[in-house]
Parts: sequence; C-alpha cells; structure tokens
Amino acid sequence: MTDAQGPQAGSLLSVEGLTKLFGSFAACNAIDLSVAPGEIHALLGENGAGKSTLVKMLFGVLQPSAGEIVWMGKPVTVTSPGEARRLGIGMVFQHFSLFEALTVAENIALSLDPKIPLAKIADEAATLSRAYGLPLDPNSHVADLSVGERQRIEIVRALLQNPKLIILDEPTSVLTPQEADKLFETLFKLKAEGRSVLYISHRLEEVQRICDRATVLRHGKVTGACDPRTETPASLARMMVGSDVASVEREAEPSLGEVLVDVKALSVAARTPFAVPLSNLDLQVRAGEVLAIAGVAGNGQGELFDAISGEYPVTDDQSIRLRGRPVGRMGINGRRLLGAGFVPEERHGHAAVSDMSLSDNLLLSRNQSDRKAFLTGGMSGVIRHGVIRQATQRICAAMDVRKSGEDPAAGSLSGGNLQKFIIGRELDRQPSVLVVNQPTWGVDAGAARRIRQALIDLARAGSAVIVISQDLDEIFEVATNIAVISEGRLSRPYPAGELSLEKIGLLMGGVHDSSSHAEGAHAH
Amino acid sequence: MLEAILLTIITAATPLVIAALGELVTERAGVLNLGVEGMMIMGAVCAFACSYLTGVPLLGVLAGIAGGAIFSLLFGFLTLTLVTNQVATGLALTILGLGLSGQIGESFVGIPGVKLQPIIIPFLSELPFVGRLLFAQDITFYLSIALVVCVGWFLFKSRTGLKMRAIGDNHGSAHALGINVIRTRYLAVMFGGACAGLAGAQLSLVYTPQWVENMAAGRGWIALALVVFASWRPWRVLAGGYIFGAVGILQLHAQAFGIGVPSQFLSMLPYAVTIVVLIVISHNRRTTLINTPACLGKPFVPDR
Repeated sequence: MTDAQGPQAGSLLSVEGLTKLFGSFAACNAIDLSVAPGEIHALLGENGAGKSTLVKMLFGVLQPSAGEIVWMGKPVTVTSPGEARRLGIGMVFQHFSLFEALTVAENIALSLDPKIPLAKIADEAATLSRAYGLPLDPNSHVADLSVGERQRIEIVRALLQNPKLIILDEPTSVLTPQEADKLFETLFKLKAEGRSVLYISHRLEEVQRICDRATVLRHGKVTGACDPRTETPASLARMMVGSDVASVEREAEPSLGEVLVDVKALSVAARTPFAVPLSNLDLQVRAGEVLAIAGVAGNGQGELFDAISGEYPVTDDQSIRLRGRPVGRMGINGRRLLGAGFVPEERHGHAAVSDMSLSDNLLLSRNQSDRKAFLTGGMSGVIRHGVIRQATQRICAAMDVRKSGEDPAAGSLSGGNLQKFIIGRELDRQPSVLVVNQPTWGVDAGAARRIRQALIDLARAGSAVIVISQDLDEIFEVATNIAVISEGRLSRPYPAGELSLEKIGLLMGGVHDSSSHAEGAHAH
Repeated sequence: MLEAILLTIITAATPLVIAALGELVTERAGVLNLGVEGMMIMGAVCAFACSYLTGVPLLGVLAGIAGGAIFSLLFGFLTLTLVTNQVATGLALTILGLGLSGQIGESFVGIPGVKLQPIIIPFLSELPFVGRLLFAQDITFYLSIALVVCVGWFLFKSRTGLKMRAIGDNHGSAHALGINVIRTRYLAVMFGGACAGLAGAQLSLVYTPQWVENMAAGRGWIALALVVFASWRPWRVLAGGYIFGAVGILQLHAQAFGIGVPSQFLSMLPYAVTIVVLIVISHNRRTTLINTPACLGKPFVPDR
C-alpha cells in the first residue's frame, strides 16, 4: 500500500479517469473515485447517470475504454468477475444474478472454488447467514424465495469470499422498509469489521442515514464528492439533477366537479395464495381531484388496481362505476372506451413490452380505445404506422422522454424515461379518469417531478386521478385527498391538509378510523 | 416368447435412450437442437460406411459418434457463433442430414452390413432370464446404461454439471459469474451430436444391420419428446425410453395378433404422453421453473 502516490494514498480502491464508451456515447466519462477501508461510500446519481456502468467495470463485467483502477495501491486490470473476486471485490447486483432452478447452496457454489464440497458450502452459508442476521435455508430452491431472501443469497455469496469491498447496486429498491433496515444493520456490521461498502442508490434519505462519503454522478461525470451527513437532501439532489428540483405547482383549493369514479362495497376474494382479499371497499373520486392511496406494500394495492382497471373484472357489476356507468364486469378495453386510462406498477413486461418499439407499445395499449385513429380498413384493422409514429413523437415531446433514435425499443430507455412515456401514453388521450399504481417507483428525481406535475395538471383540467403509492412524499405532493389501504381495507378519505404523518402511520399500521368507516359501509 | 419380445424392446429402446440423453445435456445447457433426427441419420450412414469399408463394426461405432459430433458442430457454429434461430437451424439440420446421408449412402443401399457382435459377460450372462437379456448385449446397450449413470452424476453431482445447469437456467448470470457460456454450449451441443451419432450407429449396425435411406424413421423426434417426457432428468429418460420403445414394439405385435388398436393410435402415444407431461410440468410457475431450463432456445450474446 505504501507505494501508492498522490492524494489517494491509503485508499482501498481508487479510480482515475475511468471512461467507458458505447460507440460515441460516454456512459462513464473520466470518473475519479476513491474508497477508504472501512467506509460506506455512496455512489449517487439519477437513472442513467452511469453508476451501473462504473461498477460493472470495477467488477470486471465490462472493460473500461480508458482510465486506471488502483486496488490497494497497485494498478490492476479487472478482466473478469472471477478476477475481481480474487482481488477481494464482491458484488450484489440490482437484478439478481441468481439461478431459480437451483438451490441456495448450488447458487453459492457456482462462484466458489470448485474443490469445496457442496455440503460444506451449505453449512458455511447457513452459519454465515445467521451471523449477519440474514437467515437462509441453503437447500431451498431460489424459485420459492421472496425478493428479500434472494438478495440475502447474493450478500452471503459475496461474503463467503471474504471480500474487502462489497458493491451493492440499488439494494433497497426491491425491499420493504423493514427488510431495508435489516440490510443496513448488516452493512454496519461489515463496516465494523473493516470492510468497505460501495453503495449505489438514488435514495437520498438512505444515503444520508448510512453513508460516510458520497460521490455524485450525473451524465457519466462526477459532479460532486461530499459527506452526505453534512448535506441537505436539497443540496444532494442538486448535485444529482444539476439544477434545483422544483417542487410541483398546484392550486391550494381545487374546485371539484361530479363523481367520476364510484366504488361501493367492493369485495374481491384472493386469486392466488399470495394475494390479499379486498373487503368492503368504498371510494369516490370527483373531477378535479387526486385521490392518493397510501399503504405499506402488499396490503391489496395491486388487487385494487386490478379491480378498478378491469384487468381482473369483479363479480358485482354495480360495485364499480366509471362516469356513472356500472363497469364491474367490464374488461379493461371497455373501461378505456369510457374515457379511463390505467398505468400498472411494473414497467417491464406489464406496462410495456421491453423488446418492442415505443410505437408498438403505444399501439398495443390503445389499439381498441383509439381504434379509429390508429387502425384503418374496417374489420381487417390495418395499422396506420404514420399516425402512430406521430403520436409517439408527440408523447415523447410532451413528457420530455429522452431516447436514442427515432423509435427505440422500450427496454433501451432508462426507467425514468420509460415511465414518462408510459404515463404520457395515457395522458395523450386526455382521460377523464386515470388510475396509476406506483407512478414514480425507481424513477430519478427529475422524471418523478415531471410525472407528478403531469398528474396534477390532468386533475386540474377536470379529470379524476387515483394515485396508488408507497412514497409518502409523493402522496403529500400530489394528493387532494388521501385514503390508506391496509390488509385489503380502505380508510375513509382525508383531505391532504388534515392528515399528519403520525396519523397516516397509524392508518398504515391497520388502526382504522372505525366509526366513520363503518358508517360509510352501512350507509346503503 | 416373452424373452424375445423383451430383447426387441431393449434393442428398440437403446437408440432412443442414447439420443435423448445427448439432447438432454444439450438442452440442460440451454440449447434446443431439433436436428437430432438429422444427426442420428448421419451417424447411421457414417457407421455403416466405416464398418463396411473396414470390416470392423467397432470402428463403425466410432465413426457414427464422430459423424454425429462433427455434424452437430455445424449447428453449434450457426446458433452459438452466428446466433441464428435455434429452432429454424435445428429443423434445417434435420433436413440437411436426411438429404446428405441419402447422398453418402447411395452406393450402400441393398448391401448387407456387418452386425455388431454382442459382448457376452462371463458368469453374469449365465444368470437365468436376465443373463441373456442384460449381459449378452452389444456395446451400445452397455454404453446406454453407462451414459445414464454418468450423465446423472455429471449434471447433479459434479461442479461442471452444476455450471452447465446454471447456464441453461440463466445464461446472463452465468456469464456474469465468469462461466464460459459459449464454450460450454459448444461442448454440450457436440455431446448431443455424438450421442445422436451413436444412436444412429446402433440402428445401422445392430437394429437392422444395413443402410436404408431415412432409416432413423422419426426416432430423433421421439428422442426429443422423450427429453421433455423425462422433464430433463437422465433416469427418467431411461424409464421413458423403455416405455416408448415398448409401445413401438407392442404396436407390431398387436398388429400381428390382430388386436384392434389402430396402429396410428399407438404410434401417436409417445407424443400424446409428452403433451400430458408438459401440461403437468407447466401447471404452476414453480414446477416450470425448477424443471425446465429457463434459457432453452434463447440466443446468447455476451455484452462486452
């Protein structure tokens, strides 16, 4: 370590002028970074800032186009993940690199010395996972495990190699708050042992809570290095986004019109063993109103979205009314034709087909509701590509969707840009009712602001908007009224101004405002 | 009588088991090679030609293995290096194999071949009943049993086999772990080709020791169905191979005895049973994930 020169002396890992070019596009542009032993170092940045590309180079998955990686004072070339592991670098990927058909022990064995017998690996994994508070059964199949448990496998796998540096790529994006707290405890344990952690995130509050230092990336360049604990969220966000994140504009007292969405005594049995049954749900949304539905993940949000959108129609036709029409048994296209728009939770595979172009994705969701505009030739339904391409460009311009090329595949867009496109695809129809599930999940601050503003503008123009979200900041930013869902039951709506964080926390925990809810339920 | 029927069942089942085991390994690595029929017939013609020209049927067996493996290399090059569509390439390989083998074998049509002689194992072959059935067979039968054991051990006990299964399940992650996906798949494809070639050699040296154009007669397709029937497990391939083989033989006997089951119905059975197995496997996400190689048939291009 002593032969290191310059200001990085004593650091575990330092990176100088690291650059990765994809064609002429610099995903990483002359990045400088240094990580000291025993520190939790944050790599902050919006989606598409180059964080993942940078760590892939550190882990040997990608080869840098230029620049130097110095590990424990010696310049190294990391040619493969195996080489990175030999050096003492472990990595937990954002999208897990696990094998669902294999057992936990087999998954771990794949990255270890082949001479170690499987039984020994299983034992060690079980011991280690207990020691770090990450309980795991080494003989269970990955296919049977929850997302949180899968992440534990990745962490245990990295730890078994006794790494000096562990890289975590957006680890909390798939975790519940409780699981995230457990993860942080593990990270502190690692830090106490003198290991370093490179923690990639775009969640400012997390970074402030657990990280000692932060390096901020924007458009592939380092825009700042700081101690996150001495910064404010606003100053961190400024480094990430480049300009101050303007808060959304809204009127104080929106004027509400007629009831556009009317759900009465909606009950839905659980479709699968993992689903939450909905029981006796009431909600009304008026023109000009944004109703936000808050709640901890897995309390019936997805099921509620399925019922209101018609993805899974319900048995009682009268229990859901859109613009006065009973639609409970109507499918999603029928409801779209009534002027409703829907944005489901998962971008990839649900809201969009990743391998298809944006214009194809537009046509897929709107070929029935906009049949007259997009198709011609009567029954034969010939696609009018010109019109659809124009509409795609219109949506991209309206929502500031940044993309490479005229009409790229949906999967090639960053999460934030794809989400803007998906929301824009619905807004383009000027729906009188819009239902959105987790509108800004995993989306960078700039895109999130754009999306929230669009939702508020839509309501202001006289539509009814339902936003289902776990993000309380988002909820308070957009909502006229807030209802809380817990174990498949919905609280009565509260005007956003009247609801304190404390009160909403109680409601999320399942303490219902029983008197008013019961009255509402028995009223008819 | 029973012994005679059982002997014919063994002879009918052996090529199915061998070819299916090869394809099982290929598919476990995530490559769908629909060219089994073509590789088998290439193995058959190479085996016949070599044993006829040299007069040594054992050399014919080796030629069959080599012929199948080399022919599969063409498939490997197209689908793994040039990343062509596996289904289309596999079908093309079958069509090419049928045509090419006909061309090569033209001068051998009607010539009596040399039969591969049984290897009689001392003492064991003298056991009552099972001795004649199991211990006085030709080398392809012994190889088929040894292959079941070896492939089963390799896939589920060895670390290399684990890597191969990992590649078939998620080639992107396997690549990220530093496993050489393309090289492993080449080896798996060639193993599949070698096995199909060996199965073909059994046809032209044991089953009917002569060369007849198109003599694989759909056995390659049955082998493909057998892999699915066995839900990608070697021991189930052995069981399934004998069930499918028995169905084929009983079909002949049923006709001879005038039993009123339409032969079309019996020849359809292996495929019908395979569909039933597929339905059972895919009835929920968990059994699908655990039983089928998730990357089967998907092209792989490393992102570098």
